[in-house]
Amino acid sequence: MARDFTPKVITSNLLISGDAVWFSVNDTWSGDIADAEFLTDEAHAALRLLEANAQTNVMVGAYLADAKMGDTGPETTHFREDFRTRGPSNYAHGKQVEKVKNHV
Amino acid sequence: MYKYNDFDEAFVRERVAQFRGQVERRIDGSLTEDEFKPLRLMNGLYLQLHAYMLRVAVPYGTLNSRQMDMLAHLAETYDKGYGHFTTRQNIQYNWPALKDVPDMLSDLADVEMHAIQTSGNTIRNVTADHFAGAAADEVADPRPVAELLRQWSTDHPEFQFLPRKFKLAVTGSAADRAVIKAHDIGIRILERNSVRGYEIIVGGGLGRTPMIGKVLHDFLPEADLLPFIEATVSVWNRLGRRDNKYKARIKITVHEHGIDEIRRLVDERFAEIRPTFNGVDQDVLREIEAQFAAPAFKSARTDGYEAARMANPAFRSWTDTNLTDHRAEGYAIVSISIKKHGATPGDATADQMRVMADLARKYGHDELRISHEQNVILPHVHKSDLTALYAELRAADLATANIGLASDIIACPGMDYCALATARSIPVAQKIATRFDELKIEHDIGALKIKISGCINACGHHHVGHIGILGLDRAGVENYQITLGGDHTETAAVGERAGPGFSADNIVPAIERLVLGYMDLRDNADETFIEAYRRLGARPFKDILYPKETANAA
Repeated sequence: MARDFTPKVITSNLLISGDAVWFSVNDTWSGDIADAEFLTDEAHAALRLLEANAQTNVMVGAYLADAKMGDTGPETTHFREDFRTRGPSNYAHGKQVEKVKNHV
Repeated sequence: MYKYNDFDEAFVRERVAQFRGQVERRIDGSLTEDEFKPLRLMNGLYLQLHAYMLRVAVPYGTLNSRQMDMLAHLAETYDKGYGHFTTRQNIQYNWPALKDVPDMLSDLADVEMHAIQTSGNTIRNVTADHFAGAAADEVADPRPVAELLRQWSTDHPEFQFLPRKFKLAVTGSAADRAVIKAHDIGIRILERNSVRGYEIIVGGGLGRTPMIGKVLHDFLPEADLLPFIEATVSVWNRLGRRDNKYKARIKITVHEHGIDEIRRLVDERFAEIRPTFNGVDQDVLREIEAQFAAPAFKSARTDGYEAARMANPAFRSWTDTNLTDHRAEGYAIVSISIKKHGATPGDATADQMRVMADLARKYGHDELRISHEQNVILPHVHKSDLTALYAELRAADLATANIGLASDIIACPGMDYCALATARSIPVAQKIATRFDELKIEHDIGALKIKISGCINACGHHHVGHIGILGLDRAGVENYQITLGGDHTETAAVGERAGPGFSADNIVPAIERLVLGYMDLRDNADETFIEAYRRLGARPFKDILYPKETANAA
């Protein structure tokens, strides 16, 4: 039997800046994972990934990442994806200090 | 140093113009990412976790002050004010925007630099002994050979679509500071009866399947170098496992076919292509050698230096750890540690780069080197200038006296930046260095190589660290495996896995326990970690790392 589908979000990096972004219900890309569409249905997730990947002039390499629902919206479940929401741990660089500004 | 000729200049400028057009076409939608990706990789541009990363080649780790100033300019103008020196003697910028990269490459071309073949399945930057041209134990400066190989491999039509990447390293000394036995091909210049030749090592490499290279030729005549290397790469280009990227490197080809069969095939191919080399390569090599002529070394009294050493314990400590014997009377090789305790290994700020460039101009015959151990070298400094140099290093926070000690740690960028990483490596290095600094014991510990990689690809050379640390993802949690007894020198060895991994919280205490335990085990204060390990074997070290297991077994 196929494994149960675990909830997902769609994420990628912006074409120009390379910044990590998440795909919203409005087909826009946000620098805040809390704005991401929370995908609980496998077929719908696959369709949304196709739609996300159509935006090739905006971003690079969209993929499905595991997520869970938190108080303010979707959250990561794995440390790799968690780093992408914050930035590196050796400097106060990236999202942890920069205001989220990449809605496109 | 090598100066670009008109051909080099035109070639690099043309590549910048091509890439500028490619970036424009990607941004305006004429190129898809699938089309663009191989083009950006050919120019050293990766997309990582948080941003793009541009890897700039520093051929055989050699820079002049103007080039170092330009690296500072790039850090300040297009990045966040710093750059990361890598284990292949290159520099990486972690935050450039795609639209700025053509300008970065254009700025680099102004100082005879580029990012060509710093990625992709091509022959990568040729590395060399970072003490080249200065080391007291050197037969010959390896850089002319490295430059010849750079010219030969750049845009070589046969070798642009290799089965996998291909790395060459060259040394001119018996003491191997270039890790030649862990490269696809390692070259050592040697002399027999006053005749110069090359020992050719093939099939070394770290990564998923670490292997120590094997001798393909024990004394290759000088004039045969280029055709022989071309024959070797050519044989692998045909046999290499394109069906499986994990088996595609030449180390697997050598392992699967055996060194004798590879030698037979290389000899066969060599016989075919040798006649096509008409000696032009040797003429070029002679021209390159002339450009690497030693600087005009000066003569001066060194008693002021000796007096300063006696008077200033901090200066003495720095001279004890950060200087290496120079071949010229009165000179020293200065290693500038880019491993301040608690800082990111290999990261230098734009200001620090400018200070180092300035010091090279003032005291160092305008030469700098990047070491594979992620430090910066001033290869030619007269001892009479060392006190002034040290004062300026201190003012720039660059006077850490820890070369070759426990806190002089190699660490790859790991999961703080790298898309391939399975765990972080930088914070582990920072914590280990900070801890040994708190304990104030690293000078008592003595020579120790700790090397950390954040994934199995082993950019942090963990297999050849005396203590190697490999960061892995174990069921969604960072986990760190320790290897023991690795060696990156002419007595190269792959370390042995010690046992189960440690959590992020437990890895630093484990390393501390291991090193303190070694201090109890050693015969005397002069017996280094690796010597004690070789004398005693792995068992007592494993017992220190896993005390409960020992108690249960007893």
